[in-house]
Amino acid sequence: MNLGSLITGSLNDTLAVSLPLFRTELCLAATIVLVLLCRMLPVLRRLDSGLVALGGVCFALWYAWNDLRGIPVAGLPYAGADAAGLVRQELFGGLLVFDSLTAYIRFLLMGFLALYIPFTKASGIPDHEDGADFYTLVLGATLGMCLMASANHLLMVFMAVEMASVPSYALAGLLKGRKASSEAALKYAVYGAGAAGIMLYGISLLGGLLGTCHLPSMAAELARVVDAGTANGSVMVLALGGLMVAVGLAFKLSAVPFHFWCPDVFEGAAAEIGGFLSVASKTAAVALLLRICFGLGVSPTGIGGAAATLAEPGLAGLASTRHFMVYVVGLMAAVTCTLGNLAAYGQTNMKRLLAYSTIAHAGYIMMAVAAAVALAGVNVAASREAVSAVAFYLGTYLFMNLGAFAIVALLRNRLRSEEIDSYAGLVRSSPGIVITTAVVLVSLIGLPPLAGFVAKFLVFSSLVQAISLHAERPLMLVLLVVGGLNTVLSLFYYLRVLKVMTFDPPPADRVGGEFSLVSLPGAVVTALVVPVVVLGVFWAGLYACAQLAGAFAS
Amino acid sequence: MLPTDTLSQPALWPLTAIVFLPALVAAFLSLPIVPKAREDFIRWTTLLTTAVVFVLSLWMAVPALFGPAGPAQFRLGDPSMQAVVKLPWIEAFGIEYLLGVDGISLPLVVLTTFLSMLAAAASWPITKHVKAYHILFLLLVTGMLGVFVSLDFFLFYVFWEVMLLPMYFLIGIWGGPRREYAAIKFFLYTLLGSVLMLLAILMLYFTSDLRLLSDEQLVAAHVVSPGLDGAARATAVEAIRTADRPLHTFNILALAQIGQLPNSPFAAAQVWGMSLETWAFLLLLIGFVIKVPVVPVHTWLPDAHVEAPTPISMILAGVLLKLGGYGILRICYPICPGAGLSLAWLVCGLGVLSMVYGAFAALAQKDFKRMVAYSSVSHMGYVMLGLGVWSAVAGHEYRWDAWAQGVNGAMFQMLAHGISSAGMFFMVGVLYDRVHHRNLEEFGGIFGRMPVYSGLAIAIFFAGLGLPGLCGFIGEVLVTLSSWNYSRVLAAISAFTVILTAAYILWAIQRVYLGAEYKGPHGDHLTPITPRELAIATPLVFFAIVFGVAPQILFNYVTPTVNRQVETLADWTRRVHDGPAGLPVAAVQEPATAQVAR
Repeated sequence: MNLGSLITGSLNDTLAVSLPLFRTELCLAATIVLVLLCRMLPVLRRLDSGLVALGGVCFALWYAWNDLRGIPVAGLPYAGADAAGLVRQELFGGLLVFDSLTAYIRFLLMGFLALYIPFTKASGIPDHEDGADFYTLVLGATLGMCLMASANHLLMVFMAVEMASVPSYALAGLLKGRKASSEAALKYAVYGAGAAGIMLYGISLLGGLLGTCHLPSMAAELARVVDAGTANGSVMVLALGGLMVAVGLAFKLSAVPFHFWCPDVFEGAAAEIGGFLSVASKTAAVALLLRICFGLGVSPTGIGGAAATLAEPGLAGLASTRHFMVYVVGLMAAVTCTLGNLAAYGQTNMKRLLAYSTIAHAGYIMMAVAAAVALAGVNVAASREAVSAVAFYLGTYLFMNLGAFAIVALLRNRLRSEEIDSYAGLVRSSPGIVITTAVVLVSLIGLPPLAGFVAKFLVFSSLVQAISLHAERPLMLVLLVVGGLNTVLSLFYYLRVLKVMTFDPPPADRVGGEFSLVSLPGAVVTALVVPVVVLGVFWAGLYACAQLAGAFAS
Repeated sequence: MLPTDTLSQPALWPLTAIVFLPALVAAFLSLPIVPKAREDFIRWTTLLTTAVVFVLSLWMAVPALFGPAGPAQFRLGDPSMQAVVKLPWIEAFGIEYLLGVDGISLPLVVLTTFLSMLAAAASWPITKHVKAYHILFLLLVTGMLGVFVSLDFFLFYVFWEVMLLPMYFLIGIWGGPRREYAAIKFFLYTLLGSVLMLLAILMLYFTSDLRLLSDEQLVAAHVVSPGLDGAARATAVEAIRTADRPLHTFNILALAQIGQLPNSPFAAAQVWGMSLETWAFLLLLIGFVIKVPVVPVHTWLPDAHVEAPTPISMILAGVLLKLGGYGILRICYPICPGAGLSLAWLVCGLGVLSMVYGAFAALAQKDFKRMVAYSSVSHMGYVMLGLGVWSAVAGHEYRWDAWAQGVNGAMFQMLAHGISSAGMFFMVGVLYDRVHHRNLEEFGGIFGRMPVYSGLAIAIFFAGLGLPGLCGFIGEVLVTLSSWNYSRVLAAISAFTVILTAAYILWAIQRVYLGAEYKGPHGDHLTPITPRELAIATPLVFFAIVFGVAPQILFNYVTPTVNRQVETLADWTRRVHDGPAGLPVAAVQEPATAQVAR
């Protein structure tokens, strides 16, 4: 093969296959440029950068929706579609992959931005001067998150994680005048740099031993190496490399014991940033976890992943890899969930409480991920259902948690405080905001008829399914019990917030007046909270999308 | 879109209206167009809503009052599930909007609507945040009614949990001095129970398989709608037969059919050394007995009762406690019969333990309301005992009539306790509204100051005591009689508990109503009973007497369904548990309950 044909081949691949499936990210990139340009030109400087960003995001959302909707149609647009109409298309020479999970997570992230930008406009952070910086950073980080969701190569994994993290460090320090904010940014950056370094080390170990960083090729190589036995000692190093990559992922997931940054950053940074980190960053991190677990543990051929069946020797050869991953993810999930819920008890600051709640919820999601990987070797349909549970959880989590942070941010604007005690007796003056808070927090507890219940129901059902199909049964039983007990544990601290808001008398020196839902901020909160109720009752639609995402796990 | 014939099911709108009308009105009241200050409007709207729901439930239960019976109305004597509503909800999980009533649930539905109406009327003295109170109250009513009519386990669980939050706020905002503690305790206990229940539901769901059922069973369980004609029915059955992987179900009737199969997958699956059936039974039982409540998980009840405002206490004692008994009867036993049989000692033992413990605790109370609360623990113990003797073996054969007697007695006890306990709490509330204390030591001489009220109160307390001729008697005597066949010791203990019951109730009557004159605080506030209070107390006393004199009014509803369920399970025990050579089932022509009822 000469250089000319190589160039023609990759040019064809890029222009004809990759770029059309990459249009959502391209649209985001164009928006970033546009936002920056607007600031350079004096004529356009008066233009609100938030509106420009929102416009671009709407286009991106439209593309993302079309990509998601186009997925199950068998045949033409994507070469990798198999008989069931499921798509797996590698982009840019295997660095990225486009499949239903990519499409679903991308759609969630774009949907998140479309809700997030109006919310930041309503809450007043950033101001007009900071707007361009802020939205550039947010869009840039989201672009990195899209790449995280579609990474198919460990190098890409690292670059995507960094691309999502670096703007986040800057965002954490957005409140320039405040010491706590700068401290949060510094802590986040130092911690993130450390985690990234360890992850990179792990990647180089894995890549060096297996001779490739392309996930499906790695899986095939892994099956061979593990099959050859432990005599050459490389299995030990592989396990070490895997654990090091897990450190980087755990940092992004804020899983115990790499969660320490989370409460400090959430407390120091503005609530808007907390919402961004806890929803978007978490969504992308979970998608990446699924990518790596399924990339290394399931897909042996890498091409037309859906065609891989249980009979293929590669899948059986990866059983010990999956066993290792299930235990790492599962045990981390159990510890994360419990510690997050227990630590949330003593919190007096609402943002800190939500940070621990975020940690606990990462635990629930990881439980379903563990179940999905465990089921992958036993029953493909059940494994897909478990991935659907994860995808559904992420979808509802978007509304619940962004709603919670929106309420914190908007109440901060009224009360000048984020302490839970300052919410005392709020129900007297602003019943609307208390009802919405109740909906969000009760949904986070996981009580019907709210969306959080359905999400938790699906997570538990994936665990029970793993138990009934004898996939890693002892661990799954433990996870089920831990998950159930944690639901009861979490009742206290969520309910305490509601208790303060409703039972306690309001302080005499309250500043700030009423908060009516009939206002721009009120409309934002309503738009975030109404789906929590609707998705709790009519969840068939979102679940159908989540099932689509689940279909990637073949 | 939904096919039109699913929307033309005769019971769709009546049953849906009974359940959701309160929630709908709550949504209306929560709108800003209803000003907070118009308290009387809110009160009357709530009362009217509960009254409409009560009339609707009566329309279903007693068609004779409303002219010729329609297809959605209840046919007396038919033991099967009636007025079934079946709409698809979440097809990916086979979750359905499946409602229906039979002889077990319908009387409880009517009890709920009746007590809700009285509790709404009893809510007039609530003056704090009237709007919020009534919204939460109506949501609570929707949750309770939904539990009784749901036949889909997922839907059942949703309604079960929907009750929690309104109850938490109703106790926590409108309660007494220790309301916050009582509210969170109530929430915590119940949530623990419901999470365990959720795990059991999921275990059963993922082990179930509709393909195991015969065509007749599929139709009987409403998996395949009985309304379908030949060809459509054949297609629906065929779709189940040809499925290439297990068809899981949340349908409670189908789960019961699967649980009673000779090759029940619930009994076959093993988890940690016990059959899945046993696990599911235990987890569900914990969830339900917390609600009943049974010693030792009863401690939330006295706190919740003492702190809750009067109408909420009425609902709590009258309806919420019944949910536990209903769940055991409807879910635990039919779905997990094997576990029910081997754990009969547990259910009966818990029942007798709460009976005795509750009675002694009631004897020791100084707080009037706390005493009534412990009397509920004691009385619900009879329900547990009656349900538990279900699986008893008498001598050399299965006497299903003896079990049926116990279960019928338990059902009657639930309904009777619904009337008498709601009445007792209301009577305590009437006094508390006047003198603002409940200390038994400081009462006395109320009879002289409020003669009409005292007469009604004493009648209700006698009904709680179980005086023959009043409603409390029938259930207790049936349960005690039937338990004789199971264990003479337990029967003797439960018979002796009646003496303790008499002791604490008579002693309370003596200390509160009799005596020379009232010497406690606020004596000048002891005004005669108001017409509103009279309108609430009179129906309760009336029904306490009617059901005591003519219990067959209720037995006509309860007995056919209960007897059929017990007979099926007796037959199951002989076939499955003991094998073909096992003990024979006694042929009994007439149920013993019918004889007692005469």
